[in-house]
Amino acid sequence: MTLAPPTSARPAGLRREAEALASVLPALLAEARHLAATVQMGDHGRRRSGMGDEFWQYRAADATDEARAIDWRRSGRADQQFVREKEWQAAQSVHLWVDDARSMEFSGDKGRQAKADRARLLALALAVLLIRGGERVGLADGLAPPRAGEVQLIRLAQQFTAPAGQADFGAPVVETVLPGSRAVFISDFLGAPEAVEKALIHAADRGVTGVLLQVLDPVEEAFPFDGRTIFESMTGAVRHETRKAGNLRDRYRARLAERKARLSDLAAKAAWLFHTHHTDRPAQGALLWMYHALGRGR
Amino acid sequence: MLVVGPIGFTAPWLLWGLLVLPVLWLLLRAVPPAPVRRRFPGVALLLGLTDEENQADRTPWWLLMIRMVAVALVILGFAGPLLHPEKKAEGAGPLLILTDGGWADARDWPQRQARIAAELAEAGRSGRPAALLSLSDLPPGAVAFAAADVVAAGLPALAPKAWEPDQAGLEGLASHLPEGRFETLWLSDGLARAGRDVLAGALAKRGVVTVIESARNVLGLGAVGSEAGKVSVTVLRARTPAAASVEVSARGFDPAGIERELARASVNFAAGEAQAPALFDLPPELRNRVTRFEIAGETTAGAVALTDDALKRRKVALVAGGNAREGLELLSPDHFLRRALEPSADLIDGTIGDVLLAAPDVIILADVARVAETDALLDWIDAGGLLIRFAGPQLAASDAGRDTLDPLLPVKLRAGGRAVGGTMSWGEPKTLAPFPEGSPFHGLAVPQDVSISAQILAQPGPDLSKNTIATLADGTPLVTRRQIGDGQVVLFHVSANAEWSSLPLSGLFVQMLERLAVSSGSVRPAAEELAGTVWVADRVLDGFGALDDAGAMPGVPGERLSEAVTGAELPPGLYTSQDRQLAVNAIAPGRTLAAAEWPANVVVQGQGVMRETPLKGWFLAGALVLLMADILAALVVAGRLAGPRAGMALVLMALATAGLPHDVRAQAPDDARLLQAAENVVLAHVITGDRAVDRMADDGLRGLSNVLRARTSVEPGAPMAVDLETDELSVFTFLYWPVTARQPQPSPESYAKLNRYLRTGGMILFDTRDADVAGFGAASPEGRRLQELTAPLDIPPLEPIPKDHVLTRSFYLLQVFPGRFAARNVWVEAAPPGAELAEGMPFRNLNDGVTPVVIGGNDWASAWAIDGNGRPRVPVGRGVTGERQREVAFRFGVNLIMYVLTGNYKSDQVHVPALLERLGQ
Repeated sequence: MTLAPPTSARPAGLRREAEALASVLPALLAEARHLAATVQMGDHGRRRSGMGDEFWQYRAADATDEARAIDWRRSGRADQQFVREKEWQAAQSVHLWVDDARSMEFSGDKGRQAKADRARLLALALAVLLIRGGERVGLADGLAPPRAGEVQLIRLAQQFTAPAGQADFGAPVVETVLPGSRAVFISDFLGAPEAVEKALIHAADRGVTGVLLQVLDPVEEAFPFDGRTIFESMTGAVRHETRKAGNLRDRYRARLAERKARLSDLAAKAAWLFHTHHTDRPAQGALLWMYHALGRGR
Repeated sequence: MLVVGPIGFTAPWLLWGLLVLPVLWLLLRAVPPAPVRRRFPGVALLLGLTDEENQADRTPWWLLMIRMVAVALVILGFAGPLLHPEKKAEGAGPLLILTDGGWADARDWPQRQARIAAELAEAGRSGRPAALLSLSDLPPGAVAFAAADVVAAGLPALAPKAWEPDQAGLEGLASHLPEGRFETLWLSDGLARAGRDVLAGALAKRGVVTVIESARNVLGLGAVGSEAGKVSVTVLRARTPAAASVEVSARGFDPAGIERELARASVNFAAGEAQAPALFDLPPELRNRVTRFEIAGETTAGAVALTDDALKRRKVALVAGGNAREGLELLSPDHFLRRALEPSADLIDGTIGDVLLAAPDVIILADVARVAETDALLDWIDAGGLLIRFAGPQLAASDAGRDTLDPLLPVKLRAGGRAVGGTMSWGEPKTLAPFPEGSPFHGLAVPQDVSISAQILAQPGPDLSKNTIATLADGTPLVTRRQIGDGQVVLFHVSANAEWSSLPLSGLFVQMLERLAVSSGSVRPAAEELAGTVWVADRVLDGFGALDDAGAMPGVPGERLSEAVTGAELPPGLYTSQDRQLAVNAIAPGRTLAAAEWPANVVVQGQGVMRETPLKGWFLAGALVLLMADILAALVVAGRLAGPRAGMALVLMALATAGLPHDVRAQAPDDARLLQAAENVVLAHVITGDRAVDRMADDGLRGLSNVLRARTSVEPGAPMAVDLETDELSVFTFLYWPVTARQPQPSPESYAKLNRYLRTGGMILFDTRDADVAGFGAASPEGRRLQELTAPLDIPPLEPIPKDHVLTRSFYLLQVFPGRFAARNVWVEAAPPGAELAEGMPFRNLNDGVTPVVIGGNDWASAWAIDGNGRPRVPVGRGVTGERQREVAFRFGVNLIMYVLTGNYKSDQVHVPALLERLGQ
């Protein structure tokens, strides 16, 4: 695990950061669990027989079955032999990538979560659900390889509460994604679309499928600005000045729609799924969507 | 000073700053509004988008306009604008201040005094000698200038007179003006009158004459007369610019002897009309009670018309003896009396016993010899009745008053009578002798064609000549009179019909009856009728229209009275002569009011209208408001004002601009308020319109409520402010009414409500807050206002709180009732006259009844008032003594509320022995 570069060498600074970290961690985790609890509707399991611990069904034994496979307790109550089958519980690896660029820190309203917070919450909640379902969950950038078990949740949460990156816009990393596994990319996808395109093609090459979740603030959707304005990116590196912001509104929205269409197209080609989530909407909707989208291909 | 129209500037050079405005315009136009910096991740999508138009580059013209106007206002504001700047011509030389000083000045006398004081102070500062003259009250001798402060010392004693300056006085002053040049300031009442132009011309020759006139119209009441059975009072006004409505009220004593308004009429002036009659349709009973008419709201002697006998229709009972011979009307004993009295008196018929019940003013017995109800009739005369008897065949034939003096006859009579000038007698019919001095008929002309042919004769005696008031030419008594108690009995020795004399046929008969106050003409007595009489002022009006005792004033000859032009020797008022009363009003009959017109060389100023008003504050405030608007507008232009913030800003701006002058008066009488007042004892105060007073009243009642809650079982709710016009009063038990000089008069409906409230057990505490310096009179403005406010209320006779009043012991034992002041007199309803000392008790046996009003001037609310933290708001007195006084003030409040709530419960203690005795049985 790597911590953020320490801002202060003094122990006090370290401790303060550690405490800040620790204070966020259980909250995020608890919130994620809470969110995940809303999706606990018995929708997990593979619905087919296979390797696993849970009972699936009894079926009449046939000639190919070994004698030790026969369930004698059940067979003793009837004239024929039965085989006890377990539910198939093959674990799958899911790679999460949550954009930690500065653009995700934006929130259009003091009362609204930042996009990054929402994205992390969704990712962790999804992880809770998946781990509970027996899957292995890890991070796409290789900082936390996919593992099962509750401890992995702690590890993920620690990663998510690490300080944000310095870049304006982020791009998904797919180098360490296991072939044939699943991936979840959560970002605002406002940066250059080429990076996303490259990552998706790479993933498709390795047989990785998954979902793209675009998290946007409603302000980014509505563009409610007017008058003479200088727009700056979160780091201030990119800026654009306008005399009348209101005049740009329609063109901005057209561009945004174009961006969404492009991502959606890209996802369809790579057999991925694309969805846009707004931070003023409840998180459950996006979580449910992701969960079902991941279960779709199995 | 630069003057542009009505506005002057004290620092005009600052106005050059306005030249900067065009430069500012260019500068502001060139600088676009500052941009907003926004963090926005979507900026990546914006890259490459260009603005379609470049308009917001420049500040919009309307925003520029707001800024320019704001800057212009600042420049104008600092240039010191004044509305109606006074042209201060620094005067030189002596200053003569004239005031008309008549009744027309009384209405705004305090303002006039203030103006004079200011002018004198100004003159004192510049060391100019001054003189002050009231034209209505010119001092004898020449005008002498003195130091201004010496003159100012005499100013408070200057009071308006009830009459106007007279022509002789004005012209006399014009011819006796002091030598040398001087300046004149003439505070005019605005009425045109003879002699004014002469004086103005003479003054203008000596120096600048400045006239100050009030813009207020002068109203007056002219002659009182009757018109088609109604009483008509002429209302006069000096200026006739537009239609107007004036209320005239008729006042008089009610059966309980309290003066109150008896009727009210409204007069509508058409535009250009200088006089209009106010018509009162009054029943005789009410009409006889009217003592004065006055214009509502005008407190001048000119707005008062006193009434005298002329208005009264006396009740005359006619009792004729003998059987009226049917069909022979002209021979009936009372026919001529009836005809003479009918137009001017109310006649009562019936037997003596019947008519006495109607309490007539006069009873006339025409040829009645014997009266059965002698004692009752004597009692009536004793109490002031006038009995007039006429002789006739029956009286002549009877033996009444022959041997002894009949109590109902003025003199002893000789048996029989005498007849002269008849066919069977010697001599000529006798004529009348001129009336002697001292007779009520003195001064009446004796017509030569009146002849007496028969009469009854009086027995000569020592008293006869004293009792005789009219004789025949040969000296035989014709009319005799005798005083009985307060009344008198008069005997005409002739009959009331034309059988014995031609007197009843003559006009002299009517005049004689009039002189005896039997009938009273509805017109004013003519000059010749007044000739030879002497009248004494009984009560006189002061300039403010209040009647005062005349004191010892010399008698006025009737001739002077007939002119009816008032002056120092004939102040308006009521004059009496013997039994007759005559009113002299400030405005002589026939006088009309007209606005004064001044010669062109006289400077005329308004009294208060053209006051200098500094406008700097308004200009700067306007600039500030515009700058605030500019902030909002700039925010709008820059796009920073959007969403809920814009709405809030608009709401704030609306509150800031519209919310400032807020009228808190109008409160609809909602049910919740009524319920709250009815659920609990709630002390309430009347809204006076003066915010400070209202707040003090509220705080005071809150303080009293707290004390009541702490010390007694009365637990009052929060005090309430009561608007007399809209609020329901029946839910309140106690109203505190602080009286301010500027309080508006409640409407008649409100008075009806208040009277109902007082009748049904409510109590009002009137507080003039002036330490009772007025002494319940008109000396302070509040006192005057109190009189006006309470005039329409049903208030019983009052007396200062007696030592044994229940208020002195309803909770605490008190003998003083201080508030912030500790004046002695607090007035309550007077005890019934028959109250006796209760046996074994230190107080009188007073029966039920809570006084409906308590009137005083101790400013109780201030003594009771507490602030939000429960601390007293106003200091009372000094140190421990002051705190003691506050404590006693609270005790008075507690006693008062206890008294309101429990009535005379404490007074009932006198019955305790009787109750105990009864219980014992």
